Amino acid sequence: MPVTHYLVLSMALLIIGTVGVLTRRNIIVILMSIELILNAVNINLVAFSDYLQNINGQVFTIFVITDAAAEAAVGLGILIALFRNKETVHADEIDILRW
Amino acid sequence: MQLDSILFYLFAVQILFSALMTITRRNIVYSAIWLISTLVGVAGIYLLQGAEFLAGVQIILYIGGITVLFLFVIMLVPVSEESKQRRFSSQLWVVLIVTVLLTGELGYFLWQGADSFQMGEPTPPAEIGTVTTNSEQIGQVLFSEYLLPFELASILLLVAMIGAVVMAKARPGAE
Repeated sequence: MPVTHYLVLSMALLIIGTVGVLTRRNIIVILMSIELILNAVNINLVAFSDYLQNINGQVFTIFVITDAAAEAAVGLGILIALFRNKETVHADEIDILRW
Repeated sequence: MQLDSILFYLFAVQILFSALMTITRRNIVYSAIWLISTLVGVAGIYLLQGAEFLAGVQIILYIGGITVLFLFVIMLVPVSEESKQRRFSSQLWVVLIVTVLLTGELGYFLWQGADSFQMGEPTPPAEIGTVTTNSEQIGQVLFSEYLLPFELASILLLVAMIGAVVMAKARPGAE
C-alpha cells in the first residue's frame, strides 16, 4: 500500500472530526469528534512510521493515546460538573459566563 | 488485487462510514457505538501497517477505556428527551469556510506530494537478530530515548485523574 492512501484516509477522518466539533450541539458528541481527530493524527503518524521504517512515530502515537485518555477524563469530569450546575449538555446554551 | 489492499479499503470504508454516523446520529448512545466501530477500524489499519502493539493498545485503551467512560457519562444525560431536540448548531457558514479551507490546505499538500516536505529516505529495517518484534522495538525506544516524556506522561495522567475526580465530586455544600 502506498503511503498516500493512508494520508487520504487520515485527512478524511480529520475533516469529519472537525465538522463534528463545529456542527454538533451536544458536548459529548463534540468530545467524541475530538477523539476522531486524534485518531486521524495517529493514522498519519503510524503511516509515516511504516513508510520511513522508523519506530519513533509509533512511540509518538502512544503519547497521543495517553493524552486522549487524559483529555477524555478531564473533559467528561468538567461535563459532569457543568451538568450539575446547569441542566444542559448543549454547547450553545452554556453562557453563564456572559451576563 | 492483493489481500492487504482489499483489507485497507474495507477498513477505510468502515472508518469513514462509522465516523460519519458518529457525528450525525440523533441518539448519543448510537454515536458512541459507531465511535467504537471507527476505533476498531483504526486498530485494523494499525495491524495492516505492522503496528501490532498499537492495535492492542487501541482496543484495550480506546474501546475498553475511553468509550466506556463516554457511555457512563451518557447515562447521566436524559437521552430520550435529548434526542428530540435540535442536533446541529446554526453556524453553517463557519463550518463551510473551515471545511473548505482545511480540505484545500490538506489537498494541496497531498497534491504536491513528497516535494512539499523535506522527507527522509526510507531506511532499511533494523538488522534482524537484536530487536525483532514490534512491542520490543517500541519498548526499547520508549525507555531509552523517550524516558523523560514517558515519566511526564505518567504525571499528566495523575493530574488528569485527580482533576476528573475533583470535578465530578459532589460538593457537600451544594444542593
